[in-house]
Amino acid sequence: MLLVRNGRMLDPASGTDATGDILLDGETIKEIAPSGQLAADASKYEIFDATGLIVAPGFIDIHTHLREPGQEASETIETGTRSAAHGGFTAVCCMPNTRPVNDNASVTRFILDRAKTTAAVRVWPIGAASVASKGEAIAEIAAMKEAGIVAVSDDGKPIATAKLTRQVMDYCRSLDLPVIEHSEDVSLAAGAVMREGVTSTRLGLPGMPAAAESVCVARDVQLAELTGARLHVAHMSAKGSLEQVRWAKARGLRVTCEVTPHHFTLIDEDVQYDSRYKMNPPLAAREDREALIAGLADGSVDAIATDHAPHEPALKDVEFDRAPFGILGFETALALSLEQLVHPGKISLLRMVELFTSGPARVLGIERKLASGQPADLTIFSADRAWTYDVKQSPSKSRNSPFDGRSFKGGPVATIVAGRIAFRLSHSANAGS
Amino acid sequence: MLADQLKSAAMTYRFRDLLALEPLTADELTFLLDQSKPFQEIQRHSLKKLATLRGKTVALAFFENSTRTRISFGTAASRLGADTMNLQAESSSVKKGESLLDTVHTLNAMKPDCLVMRHASSGAADFVARNLDIPVINAGDGTHEHPSQGLLDALTIRDRKGSLENLNITILGDISHSRVARSNIHLLAKFGCRFTLCGPAMWVPRELQAIGPPGAAIRRVFRIEEALEGADVILVLRVQTERLHEPPLSANDYILLYQLNADRLRRAKPDALVLHPGPMNRGIEITPQVADGPQSCVLEQVTNGIAVRMALLFLLTAGGAEETVDSHGALNPSPSGPGSAAAEVQKLAQAQAAGTKKDSPHAPR
Amino acid sequence: MRIVEKSQLMSAPEIDRTLQRLAHQIVEKSGGTKHLALIGIRRRGVPLAQRIAKAMRGIDGVDVPVGTLDITLYRDDLSKVAPQAVLQSSDIPFGVDNMDLVLIDDVLYTGRTIRAAMNGLFDLGRPSRVSLCVLIDRGHREMPIEAQFIGRSVQTSPTEIIEVRLREIDTEERVVLVDRTEP
Repeated sequence: MLLVRNGRMLDPASGTDATGDILLDGETIKEIAPSGQLAADASKYEIFDATGLIVAPGFIDIHTHLREPGQEASETIETGTRSAAHGGFTAVCCMPNTRPVNDNASVTRFILDRAKTTAAVRVWPIGAASVASKGEAIAEIAAMKEAGIVAVSDDGKPIATAKLTRQVMDYCRSLDLPVIEHSEDVSLAAGAVMREGVTSTRLGLPGMPAAAESVCVARDVQLAELTGARLHVAHMSAKGSLEQVRWAKARGLRVTCEVTPHHFTLIDEDVQYDSRYKMNPPLAAREDREALIAGLADGSVDAIATDHAPHEPALKDVEFDRAPFGILGFETALALSLEQLVHPGKISLLRMVELFTSGPARVLGIERKLASGQPADLTIFSADRAWTYDVKQSPSKSRNSPFDGRSFKGGPVATIVAGRIAFRLSHSANAGS
Repeated sequence: MLADQLKSAAMTYRFRDLLALEPLTADELTFLLDQSKPFQEIQRHSLKKLATLRGKTVALAFFENSTRTRISFGTAASRLGADTMNLQAESSSVKKGESLLDTVHTLNAMKPDCLVMRHASSGAADFVARNLDIPVINAGDGTHEHPSQGLLDALTIRDRKGSLENLNITILGDISHSRVARSNIHLLAKFGCRFTLCGPAMWVPRELQAIGPPGAAIRRVFRIEEALEGADVILVLRVQTERLHEPPLSANDYILLYQLNADRLRRAKPDALVLHPGPMNRGIEITPQVADGPQSCVLEQVTNGIAVRMALLFLLTAGGAEETVDSHGALNPSPSGPGSAAAEVQKLAQAQAAGTKKDSPHAPR
Repeated sequence: MRIVEKSQLMSAPEIDRTLQRLAHQIVEKSGGTKHLALIGIRRRGVPLAQRIAKAMRGIDGVDVPVGTLDITLYRDDLSKVAPQAVLQSSDIPFGVDNMDLVLIDDVLYTGRTIRAAMNGLFDLGRPSRVSLCVLIDRGHREMPIEAQFIGRSVQTSPTEIIEVRLREIDTEERVVLVDRTEP
């Protein structure tokens, strides 16, 4: 039994913001009470003193890449989940673009078995929409659902054709699985390595217009209306895409969306031939970033997801246009959210927690809250602790983060998964240490 | 003698490399052009050979096809008395496995004093310069910049026109993919030149109007007749096949709309200059009549190219060697020491990575 | 380290008289000015050459051509000076083949400058004769090079510097001997 004492408990599902104690019994939350009511008996429980810290339901990252099976040089389920725990995440959804692609129940079971023995946090696999994500034949989604996938995606790419997207949506609606779309019009984006604009023109790098994303979001939203499916727009980066999502929500369609921390922090002007700023969708224009922040504030955006995409240094340390897309995300997500959204007053702390907890949970059709009987997953963090991100200390096998060396105010302090402490800051867990 | 030179040197080139013209000021650009003049003179001697860079080695690493620029840099090095190391890696051999970094480190292990590099990726010279501690000269990186071409074009224009100030420059062709056009804009805009960019709409994106220094006058025009009105200098770009145009356009359409012929040339000022980075496609972007006419500067461009490249090799390679040799032939560390120079470079690279965006990609000595 | 003026070697009128005398010597030695030309070595050799040519106009009534030579590219110590070296063009508007050239510089010291100057001249062609005229010869030669026409010979020590200041370039006109001393 573990008693988390005297933390400021933020639970968006119930709107709670109160100081109190939480008692964890095995893998479940046993009791929640105002501070001091639960006897702090050190002989009976392990005690975690959360004074000055914030205690939230365990964070969920619904968009990550763990690279296992097939690309273990860049990351494994073990190293990726340890990095996730360091970032405060208690559950991660891993995308199917592994080698082989997770397009059948055997690979799904492999991932879950590996996770059972090596993972530091919960691993919820996402299955491919099409076989090998080639966009031709539908994958064995039902068998994968039975094996344990929580959603379907051909991430890395869009589902190749409108016809196939419609078919996958129909099928997934009947299986009650969300379809997560990497929205990109491949012909508009062909050859591009960053967002098209003044910066790409100055640097002489081929760019893709914002329309490359929003054209595909528009397609997917129309098909969501046609099929009644649950559509989740992955790593949304453009103002035009957000407008499509708002339109869909206004019509009552089951359309949701996520934004990554790098998209609400950086813009295309930050690119300077450094492949740590290269990802897909690429860093967008100033006006897109502002629109995304407004969407995070007004509820149009449902979740913050990292799209954690490790690539070993040998792959990333090349000329910009040859480098693969993607950057790390787990360990800086919370700190960037505080820095860019909460501290400047754009959103409240409670809303931020929602974007990491009940928001993504809703996309997956599950619950995430602080209540008796719920899984014993907690994210404990400081809103003001000063620290500096040193990527060389990361448990991840990769080093591709543009935030290396950045100083932050606020960050993860402890991560509890199924009642066990998966991550804890090495010194005493006091606020502002 | 030495004291005089030190006192009178109001301007020196402060960077270790030449990667781009964009970060250079008008004064620095003028300095580079002025330093090319003595080397123009050497081209007129019967004995075009100096011993200035004797004992130095210049590595020429051309990862993208180029005969003219490679020969030009090679000749410049030889005329200064330097030896050359020639790497002609087709892009495909690099794709076969050896990374750019490995190739460059291999070359560097043979201890050249300077690397001249051409590559199909924008930013490749910058990437390599960050990983080496010898001077790097960018001989063309993707569609980003071709600094020595920009300089030799400016030298040609300045010699013919007397000054670079406030000229009307028209650039014709696939500007979106032209590193030559970009380098020219970055250089000439700093002297108050006004630009008219002309070509098919898909080859002249709107954003090109914003790439010059703040306040630069750059406009897009799609009709060649309008683009040539009042032009002082016309820079004709090659309709190229090795970097495919996006999208490809029929040659007949291009000739009909944008070929520079004698009739159209008459719309420009009577003393307008015609420049072309070469090699020319006679009969496509330019007619033989114009190419060989009195307003064409193409051959001067080539001669000036050698002078400019000699000046660049001289400025970047002649001095600051890690060692100097004393009267017994023994090696002495230079007063500023190799260690301190490398440390300076590293400090600056870290400062750039930490946040400054528009700063120069060079590392000063 | 401080720089201290030790003595004045020549005043303005003395410089002028010396140049006049040198002009006479050169004309006399060359046996006529038909193929004669003066080459001033940048920087201070240039005004000296121009003044000597002017003086020659007064003697023989002839205009002896004057060229200027920049020796930067021919130096043997380029790696030490190159970061600060500012290249100027040479300007020799006549052919050097079969000419009787007189190199003119302000101070002759180790002789390396003159070695470089001769390399530069021979890149241009084949003069029939090259001689050297300097305002001050301060000894300490490191090359087998001597001047045929000397304004004044001065014994110096290696820490001393001779500064020739000319009105065309500096704010005053005199030759001074300065020394570097520890404070």
